[in-house]
Amino acid sequence: MTVNGWIQILVFIALVAAMARPLGGFMTKTFNGERTFLSPLLGPVERGLYRLAGVDAKAEQHWTTYAVSMLLFSAAGMLLLYALQRVQGLLPLNPQGMAAVPADLAFNTAASFTTNTNWQSYGGESTMGHLVQMAGLTVQNFVSAATGIALAMALVRGFARTSARTVGNFWVDLTRATLHVLLPLALPIALFLVWQGVPQTLAGAVDATTLEGARQTISLGPVASQEAIKMLGTNGGGFFNANSAHPFENPNALTNLVQTLAIFAIGAALTNVFGRMVGDERQGWAILAAMGLLFVAGVAVCYWAEAQGNPAFAGFGVDGSAGNMEGKETRFGVAASALFAVVTTAASCGAVNAMHDSFMPLGGMVPMVNMMLGEIIVGGVGAGLYGMLLFAIVALFVAGLMVGRTPEYLGKKLEAKEVKMTMLAVLCLPVMMLGFTALAVATDTGTASMANAGPHGYSEALYAYVSAAANNGSAFAGLGADTLWYNLTLAVGMLVGRFLVIVPMLAIAGSLAAKTRAPASAGTFPTHDGLFVGLLVGVILIVGGLTFFPALALGPIVEHLAMAAGTLF
Amino acid sequence: MEAISKKTGTGKAGRTQAGTLLDPAILGPAVGQSFRKLDPRLMVRNPVMFCVEAVAALTTVLLLRDVATGAGTVGFGAQIVLWLWFTLLFANFAEAVAEGRGKAQAASLRKTRTETSARLLGPDGTVAQFVPATRLKPGDVVLVEAGDLIPSDGEVVEGVASVNEAAITGESAPVIRESGGDRSAVTGGTQVISDRIKVRITAAPGSTFLDRMISLVEGARRQKTPNEIALNILLAGMTIIFVIAVATIPSFAAYAGGSVGVLVLVALFVTLIPTTIGALLSAIGIAGMDRLVRFNVLAMSGRAVEAAGDVDTLLLDKTGTITLGNRQATEFLPLAGVTERDLADSAQLASLADETPEGRSITVLAKEKYGIRARDMAEMHARFVPFTAQTRLSGIDTDGTVIRKGAVDAVLEHVGARDRSRGEGGRLAVAGRGAATRTATAADPAERELLAIAERVAKAGGTPLAVAQDGRLLGVIHLKDIVKGGIRERFAALRQMGIRTVMITGDNPMTAAAIAAEAGVDDFLAQATPEAKLQLIRDEQAKGKLVAMCGDGTNDAPALAQADVGVAMNSGTMAAREAGNMVDLDSDPTKLIEIVEIGKQLLMTRGALTTFSIANDVAKYFAIIPAMFLAFYPQLGALNVMGLASPESAILSAIIFNALVIVALIPLALRGVRYRAVGAASLLRRNLLIYGLGGLAVPFAGIKAIDMLVTAAGLV
Repeated sequence: MTVNGWIQILVFIALVAAMARPLGGFMTKTFNGERTFLSPLLGPVERGLYRLAGVDAKAEQHWTTYAVSMLLFSAAGMLLLYALQRVQGLLPLNPQGMAAVPADLAFNTAASFTTNTNWQSYGGESTMGHLVQMAGLTVQNFVSAATGIALAMALVRGFARTSARTVGNFWVDLTRATLHVLLPLALPIALFLVWQGVPQTLAGAVDATTLEGARQTISLGPVASQEAIKMLGTNGGGFFNANSAHPFENPNALTNLVQTLAIFAIGAALTNVFGRMVGDERQGWAILAAMGLLFVAGVAVCYWAEAQGNPAFAGFGVDGSAGNMEGKETRFGVAASALFAVVTTAASCGAVNAMHDSFMPLGGMVPMVNMMLGEIIVGGVGAGLYGMLLFAIVALFVAGLMVGRTPEYLGKKLEAKEVKMTMLAVLCLPVMMLGFTALAVATDTGTASMANAGPHGYSEALYAYVSAAANNGSAFAGLGADTLWYNLTLAVGMLVGRFLVIVPMLAIAGSLAAKTRAPASAGTFPTHDGLFVGLLVGVILIVGGLTFFPALALGPIVEHLAMAAGTLF
Repeated sequence: MEAISKKTGTGKAGRTQAGTLLDPAILGPAVGQSFRKLDPRLMVRNPVMFCVEAVAALTTVLLLRDVATGAGTVGFGAQIVLWLWFTLLFANFAEAVAEGRGKAQAASLRKTRTETSARLLGPDGTVAQFVPATRLKPGDVVLVEAGDLIPSDGEVVEGVASVNEAAITGESAPVIRESGGDRSAVTGGTQVISDRIKVRITAAPGSTFLDRMISLVEGARRQKTPNEIALNILLAGMTIIFVIAVATIPSFAAYAGGSVGVLVLVALFVTLIPTTIGALLSAIGIAGMDRLVRFNVLAMSGRAVEAAGDVDTLLLDKTGTITLGNRQATEFLPLAGVTERDLADSAQLASLADETPEGRSITVLAKEKYGIRARDMAEMHARFVPFTAQTRLSGIDTDGTVIRKGAVDAVLEHVGARDRSRGEGGRLAVAGRGAATRTATAADPAERELLAIAERVAKAGGTPLAVAQDGRLLGVIHLKDIVKGGIRERFAALRQMGIRTVMITGDNPMTAAAIAAEAGVDDFLAQATPEAKLQLIRDEQAKGKLVAMCGDGTNDAPALAQADVGVAMNSGTMAAREAGNMVDLDSDPTKLIEIVEIGKQLLMTRGALTTFSIANDVAKYFAIIPAMFLAFYPQLGALNVMGLASPESAILSAIIFNALVIVALIPLALRGVRYRAVGAASLLRRNLLIYGLGGLAVPFAGIKAIDMLVTAAGLV
């Protein structure tokens, strides 16, 4: 580890923290329907959209209606994306003449982009035409992210409101998230990327002759526009197969910093929105602090592991001082690659600027743990906040009784219904992650796709299902995922990991909104101080983490111990 | 906890000190109960322990198969199976011990519910027939005479009698029960000692107070409380999570080229699921109710006990709770031209026949301060004029002399201020405020002076009592409310706990404010009417607060029903007892504070043991995971941070620890964790330290110690 490396990491953390409050203030106003500096410009557009869609922006929805709207919208989006892929050969803007995407892959991809996962069983430049990239994938990049933000708003309103029947209007939240938050932020980032050299063109690939005289096809396309929302919306689906490791997606250290910042920007700001909406910004800071603690711990372990490098190399006379550079871009180095890996899995982004498969065992374990916890460390836009709040409910229920009162969070009593729904939401992740991995490693169909033997091959399969169910979408690589088995099971993992978390979460939002809010007193559990942050982190690690301890022991942990003993996989 | 048990011990109702934890009378039957409770139909109520029972049964079958086929290492397997059953028995034992304490009380209550026959009265009021008490219907009227047991709950409709209620309250001094008013309720199973009363039965057979009390203390129809249900869901959810974590291991192991035995998987599963809290959860609930019962408070539901812990606002009646029951005369304040002694003399005369505590205190003060001895009324041909609601005066008429004492405005009316007061718009407000507004307008200098004195007394929190003789104002007696010793500190403690206290009083606002300040309550409701009380509760509840109050009168019933925790005094009316969700058998309103503490303690005990149980898992993982995979991944031996002797001893130690920790925590579950009246933040810090960090650390030491013993004893 170097001072330079740590400075990069600390600068990143400082910038995220600095952005949270102003962006949070802006988003709070936006979702409360108040005027912002963008209102004069976007207000008429927004109203026009409502008129066009026949939405009454003033009509609020009960949580069930909200959930049905969200499900219908997602189903329609998924269907459209599936159809686009299946008929792309007949559609314009396809300069490379890409053929129809096979059914299982198209299903997997549709599920992947609608659930904000952006798992890619395909190579972008060799599978998708420009139209599918733009009208299909990029559109879902926007709306799946906006859906996540909308859902978080519904839950926050549940906490903020008293004796209310409704939790907001899905269509309004969706529109505002896209129009007022994602678009205005994505636009300057896209322009910045274009300035830094990221392509933005509708032209096809360029054929070139290299210095050695070999012929090379250089893929081009509308990359910058997709790149911006890929980060901002924590989507992570790359235009190119190599994702943000590709120089056309992420040309230099500056774009790398902007991209990592974009991943965390909205998620971190949402904690501030939460604080503001419940009337006490400290509540938001406490949540962000818990996220921050887990994040810093993850970065430290990952950076440490990568900086150590592989002890086996010393025997070959290789200078190990640069750390583990396998699978990393020299323009980013160990620190920025480790940071990116932790950020992208802490949030639900899944973009990568290095190959996680090539990380050291413990370095690669950190992204896995991040996702196993449910991506609550800043997390996916919206999803991170509501995931974290679900854990807060568990934490308060476990320990809240210790102050001698029925557990409550922000004055809302946590009762059987909330606990039931929280457990439902918390349960589906381990079921999908461990269940499918167990099936995959026990069958020849599953093991045939693994590029490596032993615990490393096991980690590849585990990583895939963890990534899918957590809606991350990053891959450990090394796993040939474009098979019928993996396409279908991963798609199921993604859909369950998204919607079976969301629906119970909305039920909690509805139930909380209907409750009265007990005023805080000296007898209530303080949820804005260090004690709460520590408790929350402890419960996340014990409840969320211990579930996966056996699985991790058989993967990265044993691999690490074996490596120390001189055996590599 | 110390504070509570001490009070119970010294309380007048030490009836149900149901022995210590090690009472053999309870432990003996509890052992038997532990086995009976293995019945899966009972076990299924507790999802966590039901899971343990299922896997225990499964491993038993597997073990028997191994014994039959002679396969495997039977010795190790047998020990694991044995400890699984022990885990279940320990859990059942905890519950049985908790129930046993209630059962002992129920048995003593049952003795009092002897079969009596009742003298049923016909419509004409004569004894129509003798019927067994169990056949009495609500509405029947029975005659009960001295020596009889009252056959069922009812309302005295005629007569007055002294009743021994020891069967219910444990208090042997008889109480007066009479028709009409707030002391008309009688309870079945209590005994009439003198006189005879006619009682209209109000309870249906089988649902009398005594019946309910028996079933409550016995826990026969114990419903899970809302919080307990929620906690059970959480525990069930965690159990499912660990099912997944454990059930996927064989596949992972097979991939790695090894295998893991069912027995080991079961051991990991049982140690991971929250068995500690699962085993003790119902014992904690029963013990919480039991603590209340031993405190002579009957909660009609566990829900009420939980609600007590959540209370934000306590409504406390001033009289009897905050102040000693009675006001006492502390000073004679004569008008100009009247000596203090004259005033004292007249005041004493007027109070000679006044049997109210206030009246007696006037006589005593006059005697103590001026040596004026009480005189014989008969000698003086005196006629006592009792207090009536109309005159609001009392006094004495002797030969030619008329002395009256009473509320200031009543006395002013009496001496001729009637016209002026009417002119001000009807009924005058009670002393203080009325006096203040009138001071300026009063024409008569004596009247003005009297009002000024009265105002001074009222501002000091006292009650001014004016005295007039033969139409001439003499002065004012200062009646003072005596605030109970130590009550101020208790309110400060409540404030620390985040609970607001509101004093309810019929006094005028000025007096109320002075007493409120002296007692240190947060707020007060002066000139309280039942309607105002009800409104106050509704207002607090609208703000999201939970309210507790106590009351005894029929007019308290709506407020008792509205309050989240309504404690009815046993001495109160049937209506009040029906409306409240707790009954205080000692009729001591101060207990409301302890009831809140008991409620909090119950919730805290649950939380502490849940936290402890979950924190335990870390060490168990470190014990079992390396042991489990050592055969095919020897590198994982590095995770054996406790340095346990062998895989078998590690697994066995973990499961033994898991079982023994239940037994070790039974006393804590029954006694409840220590409660202190401090803020939530410091409570939490303390409990997190003890049960959170303690829960992390203790099993590391415990498992290591057991491992050493197991190895030394050569069990594996």
